[in-house]
Amino acid sequence: MKHEPDGAGRLRRCAQIAGTLIAVALLAGCGLADGPVISPKGPIALAERNLLFTAFALMMIVAIPVYVMVALFCFRYRRSGNGKYRPDWDGSAAVETVIWIIPLIIVIILGTMVWDKTHDLDPYAEIEGHGTPFEVEVVAQDWKWLFIYPELGAASVNELAFPQDRPLKLKITSDTVMNSFWVPALGGQIYAMAGMRSELNLLASEPGAFRGRNTMYSGDGFSDQHFTARALTADDFAAWQEKVKAADNALDARAYVELAKPSQANPVTYYSTYEPNLFDIILRKYAPNPGPYESEAVAIICGGTA
Amino acid sequence: MLGRLTLEALPLYSWVAFGGAAVTVAGGLGALVLVTYLRAWKVLWSEWLTSVDHKRIGIMYVIIALIMLVRGFVDALMMRAQQAIAVNGEGYLPPEHFDQIFSSHGTIMIFFVAMPFLTGLINIVVPQQIGARDVAFPFLNSVSLWMTASGAGLVLISLVLGKFSQAGWTGYPPLSGAEYGPGVGVDYWLWALLVSGVGTTMTGINFIVTIVKNRCPGMIYMRMPLFTWTALCVSILIAFAFPALTVVAILLELDRVLAFHFFTNCCGGNMMMFPNLLWIWGHPEVYILILPAFGIYSEVVATFSRKRLFGYASLVYATAVIALLSFTVWLHHFFTMGSSANVNAVFGIATMIIAVPTGVKIFDWLFTMYRGRIEFHTSMLFTIGFIVTFVIGGVTGVLLALPPADYLMHNSTFLVAHFHNMLIPGALFGYFAGMNYWFPKAFGFKLDTKWGVRSFWFWIVGFYLAFMPLYLLGFLGMSRRMEHYDNPAFQPYLIVAALGAISILIGIGCIAMQFYVSFKNRVALVDATGDPWNGRTLEWATASPPAAYNFATVPEVKEIDSFYAAKQRHEAYRKPDGYEDIVMPKSTPLGLVLGGLSFVLGFAVVWYIWWLAALAFVASLAVVAVRACDDDSDYVLPAAEVEAIETARLAKIASADLHDVSDPVTSAGGVPLPGRA
Repeated sequence: MKHEPDGAGRLRRCAQIAGTLIAVALLAGCGLADGPVISPKGPIALAERNLLFTAFALMMIVAIPVYVMVALFCFRYRRSGNGKYRPDWDGSAAVETVIWIIPLIIVIILGTMVWDKTHDLDPYAEIEGHGTPFEVEVVAQDWKWLFIYPELGAASVNELAFPQDRPLKLKITSDTVMNSFWVPALGGQIYAMAGMRSELNLLASEPGAFRGRNTMYSGDGFSDQHFTARALTADDFAAWQEKVKAADNALDARAYVELAKPSQANPVTYYSTYEPNLFDIILRKYAPNPGPYESEAVAIICGGTA
Repeated sequence: MLGRLTLEALPLYSWVAFGGAAVTVAGGLGALVLVTYLRAWKVLWSEWLTSVDHKRIGIMYVIIALIMLVRGFVDALMMRAQQAIAVNGEGYLPPEHFDQIFSSHGTIMIFFVAMPFLTGLINIVVPQQIGARDVAFPFLNSVSLWMTASGAGLVLISLVLGKFSQAGWTGYPPLSGAEYGPGVGVDYWLWALLVSGVGTTMTGINFIVTIVKNRCPGMIYMRMPLFTWTALCVSILIAFAFPALTVVAILLELDRVLAFHFFTNCCGGNMMMFPNLLWIWGHPEVYILILPAFGIYSEVVATFSRKRLFGYASLVYATAVIALLSFTVWLHHFFTMGSSANVNAVFGIATMIIAVPTGVKIFDWLFTMYRGRIEFHTSMLFTIGFIVTFVIGGVTGVLLALPPADYLMHNSTFLVAHFHNMLIPGALFGYFAGMNYWFPKAFGFKLDTKWGVRSFWFWIVGFYLAFMPLYLLGFLGMSRRMEHYDNPAFQPYLIVAALGAISILIGIGCIAMQFYVSFKNRVALVDATGDPWNGRTLEWATASPPAAYNFATVPEVKEIDSFYAAKQRHEAYRKPDGYEDIVMPKSTPLGLVLGGLSFVLGFAVVWYIWWLAALAFVASLAVVAVRACDDDSDYVLPAAEVEAIETARLAKIASADLHDVSDPVTSAGGVPLPGRA
């Protein structure tokens, strides 16, 4: 039996189509069609954008009558106009019912959407995709991004590379003030906070290089605190791994402490190896009682002194 | 002796900063010279600075707001100029200056423009709307005013001595903590908030009591004018929300000064508590700013549509519902902090529910215009401009209330555009409407309409030019608070936004011209009757400007729009059978002294001048004790004097034209002008 959508479902679908059409027309006119939010490069960002458009269209049910009424009433009931004048008319049960009920219905529809989509698009939820998720540990620093690849045993600064066909699972923390990790073309955004681990799951549906950055003001180097997220094909990813290996650069405890010091507009840097359990040690640095330290490396990183 | 205050504090680190300091100092000196030149010190002292009259206090609040509006707008102009040219690191402001500017812009506009503006209007109007002779606690009112002023003073002096906060107007730690935000900037910010926040809390308490206790006979709750209703809801919001701000500011100051660990990275601190506490104040604050504007729109739209307000009860309930719900949505300011889907969804839905009563209000105003006789007075233009523009802000607000959409747009310029969309057309246009509407009540002459209309057009065009590009830049992936950027595609939008800022600058210039031209033509623009717009509510029953006691005989109210009804019954200007002695509060300089001491206290702690802080604190306790022991704080205005004032007023009304606009009732049905016996 064919599944018949219920009224609300049909309205939502119409709204989505209408919203997309209106928004695309408006934005194309402004030369914005290539913007990361409008033309997303992954299913998460696409779903988030579609939600934006759907809600936009639903809101037009209320917004458009407002505009029509403003224009009409200002013209018809202007002082010199011929509109009827009823100075004592101050209420109407019918009108009141409509203006309370219609927005209420829209909010109920939007509310169910919020409930569903917030659960569907929970940043912590792993994404179904080809293969196991590709895990990357992300550390926000003053004023750059460190990416640690447990699967590769390597690390990079200000460049996030991952195989395009696998879901990307990010574990995020900060070794400084509060930051916010954002790659608008892939969707989602989440705060990075010292001593705490947040998570973000993303997926790129096509290869490409996308801009990511910190959006939470963090001091002098904030403007340049951006990175490139590279979704790479299998061949390109292999080549990238080679490039990182060839860098022959070790991110040991001392090198990490140097790196963590404030610096601006850092160039992309590759590390062929890193201190074992680096991400966990950085988290532990901000624990109420980080010690006692079982190794010199841990002591150096947690103490912040090389 | 002077703590950490040394010559280093002078802003010699850049020409721009030095210029700002020079302008501030010159402005202050200029004001002193002007008062001396006009020989106005005595009047200023006895009639204004020491006054406890709610109308005078209200006017001083609005003056603070307008001065700070100019200061906060200069910040905006500097940011727009910087971003318009800052592609690839060009630009004239270094990051450590740019961040002070956006921090002070937000702080000033919220705390020292919007708050004093709405408090001023409430002060001028609400006691008159409820038929009262003053607020419940006139002296407390004066203390509130001067504490707000001293908070503003702390922000201003930060331009001359030291730096302002570099952590944004919301000041999230750890960036605002001692480790990442050393120096005096964040302390200035915190003490400006603390001092003015205490003043605001007292204003809230004052107006709750005033509206609950001081209404005239017959003024039951469901007959109160809408502006008074919004003032009541706002006062309740203030009393409940501002303590949270005070507490969070104290906690952060303890972190900074005494090395506590409430919000630090290490040692068991939890920075996530700060946004929670801040926004438990901050979201109700949004409605504290916007609800009085809604009240103003309600008054203006009825008066200038020449009609009763549509859906009075609906508007009251919608106001109350908004006020209540405003405490349930704070988490939507940080959906991206990593709460569970359940938590985010609940707060998202709660946020959307607020859109319902807000939408209802919009339609109620539209149906008030329906079958009216709309007059496009400046305040009505601001109201219509608000309705049209606010809808956009409402739509984008609902979009941001969808947590997944917020993940995409949070902290982008889309967010910046959204909240300016709420606060400029939503709140500020309302205050401007109120200013144009009630100016004759406060000063006895109307504001010039030609310059008023110009100011409206430059403001609204400037608003669209300045903020629509920011919505679009959000789609392009531009973050807020960027001192420079490397994407040349951003630049055209930012240039348009800068043009918008210039249009708003002209708008502000038009308001200045409006004051000047109106003052020059004050004889022609005089409001002899006290009722220049054929008003509906009680504040139009008093003289313009009102006598110190507002109402010689306390009015009795039988319905909504009671003054309009009284005019129709030809009772509005009836001479009462007799007059009584009126007890009024005496002027006192102690409010000013307390405000000054709170300024000294804040300044001393900012610079670690502990002896001075202790002295100021003890002195303010002593002043409070002195005031508490003073039982001779009132004076009696004899009935004869009241009679003299009132007789003169009624004589003036009889000879003057009652309204400068002929009532549409006349043209429609031949009914005589209301009030013309």
